[in-house]
Amino acid sequence: MTLNMGPQHPSTHGVLRVALELDGENVVACKPVIGYLHTGMEKQAEYKTYTQSIPQTDRMDYLSPMSNNLALCLSAEKLLGITVPERVQAIRVLLTELTRISAHCVWLGTHAIDIGALTVFWYCFREREKVLSIYDMVCGARMTASYFRVGGLAMDIPEGFLERCEKFVREMPAHIDEYEALLTKNPIWLARTKGVAPLSAADAIAWGVTGPSLRGSGVNWDIRKAEPYSGYETYDFNVPLGTRGDAFDRFQVRVAEMRQSTRIAEQAIRRVRELGVSGDYRLRDFKYVLPPKEEVKTSMEALIHHFKIVAHGFFPPVGEAYQAIEAPKGELGFYFVSDGSARPWRMKVRSPSFVNLQALPVMVQGKLVADVIAAIGSIDIVLGEIDR
Amino acid sequence: MALAPTRVEEKLRERFPDVAFERQQGEAVRDHTLYVPAEALVDVCTYLRDEPECAFTMLSWMGGADYLPRVPRFECVYSLLSIQHAARFTLKVRVPEEQPRVPTVCDVWPTANWHEREAYDFYGITFTGHPDLTRILLPEDWVGWPLRKDSPLGYEEVAFTHNTPGRIKPSPALKKLAPKKVRYRAQ
Repeated sequence: MTLNMGPQHPSTHGVLRVALELDGENVVACKPVIGYLHTGMEKQAEYKTYTQSIPQTDRMDYLSPMSNNLALCLSAEKLLGITVPERVQAIRVLLTELTRISAHCVWLGTHAIDIGALTVFWYCFREREKVLSIYDMVCGARMTASYFRVGGLAMDIPEGFLERCEKFVREMPAHIDEYEALLTKNPIWLARTKGVAPLSAADAIAWGVTGPSLRGSGVNWDIRKAEPYSGYETYDFNVPLGTRGDAFDRFQVRVAEMRQSTRIAEQAIRRVRELGVSGDYRLRDFKYVLPPKEEVKTSMEALIHHFKIVAHGFFPPVGEAYQAIEAPKGELGFYFVSDGSARPWRMKVRSPSFVNLQALPVMVQGKLVADVIAAIGSIDIVLGEIDR
Repeated sequence: MALAPTRVEEKLRERFPDVAFERQQGEAVRDHTLYVPAEALVDVCTYLRDEPECAFTMLSWMGGADYLPRVPRFECVYSLLSIQHAARFTLKVRVPEEQPRVPTVCDVWPTANWHEREAYDFYGITFTGHPDLTRILLPEDWVGWPLRKDSPLGYEEVAFTHNTPGRIKPSPALKKLAPKKVRYRAQ
């Protein structure tokens, strides 16, 4: 029997369609069908300046806007050959780690709902709300942050921001304990996730799976450790690993990652305090980066730079660059080709969900149809990023 | 010890003396990039995957690019990742406009499947030997290759039933379900 799951089905986390070939309750073949949310972001980027593409990235993985902003900015910075000040790096790390916590909260809540545990969802969304209000505080938007800029940040962090983050980071470990109390030893949860949707390390690598799904299979690969960016090499954190590569391992890896993220965020807050609660929030290289508004009002040079960058954008050298970051879902990278103009000749997005979803048939082949839902939940996909 | 991309290039030149490799030159080519002739692609990729000193066991991504009006017009970019050595390496294949064909690397890395479908979908580059080369992000009946530089960004008429021949028209029976027009009398 052929069963059509989705595209409008709550457990497919967006408009994903899965064509399932069934033999009784067993899955014979599984084919994900994607593209329902395709908006041609890569094409549109060729008609925008690099900065204008930043709001687009918020809409890709809409659960982790800051990570997407960071990936684009780092890639453009690599192309330009510039590095941002240490203070900016620390703020970026702080915000992307908070993003990881909130993205994992949404994942945990929705994954648990799929398998029938509704309670966790309300707990998770409570904490996610706190991260969203931190976003709101820092950039005025709850989901579409667009806070990072090539060469820095859009504006400096507001007063009271660090205190707010500190409070969140202090309270978060206790909340993670709550989630674990609800799930980790819950017999129904164990029955629905242990041994379900297994993915061997060799398969995971062959299918290009990255992020917590790869680490759940026991492969020690975290871009923050292996190819550090934004000063991650100076933070102290562990990379949690699974052993069996099933849905339960992926769950454990993500929950442990949330704990590690609070650790990193804590260190980042301390670092921002050391480097100044207010200070440089952009690189002072006005060929590429907007000068501070106060200077525009007094300095002729700054005014010229301001006009040039607002009217034309910045002009990277002819060349290309690819930079990947460890986004909540896996390796997120932007590949830019520049022809020397203010607009990228080509922007390619390597989105983790797109690649990870490809491994779904491997996970569910020959398994029960009910496990397909657990499998989709356990890979953690966002369709906005898959279809772009 | 980290694996330097220059070492990878050396090894490749040693192993394939007859293949015309070419390092991409440029002011701001930030990643070490090597052009490979299309015929040699699968052999080179298999070698890079299986050679223990390289161990590029993962294909991070691959994608197309259009360089109109340059000849040859298209390029395919392969970004290889070695988890063991924490190294990346980029391969490129030039693709001519008249016969945009590249051998598939699906047999080397299964993950190439969707990436190649995407490159086909966007640029019309065919991957010979691909198990299921169909459109992936765009609808199956889409005409054209949207990411080619000569494909317009927009300003096209939106497809409705009335301006799209061959579109299934709604059944007349549905009209019965439509609400009746109610006329209000002026007071």
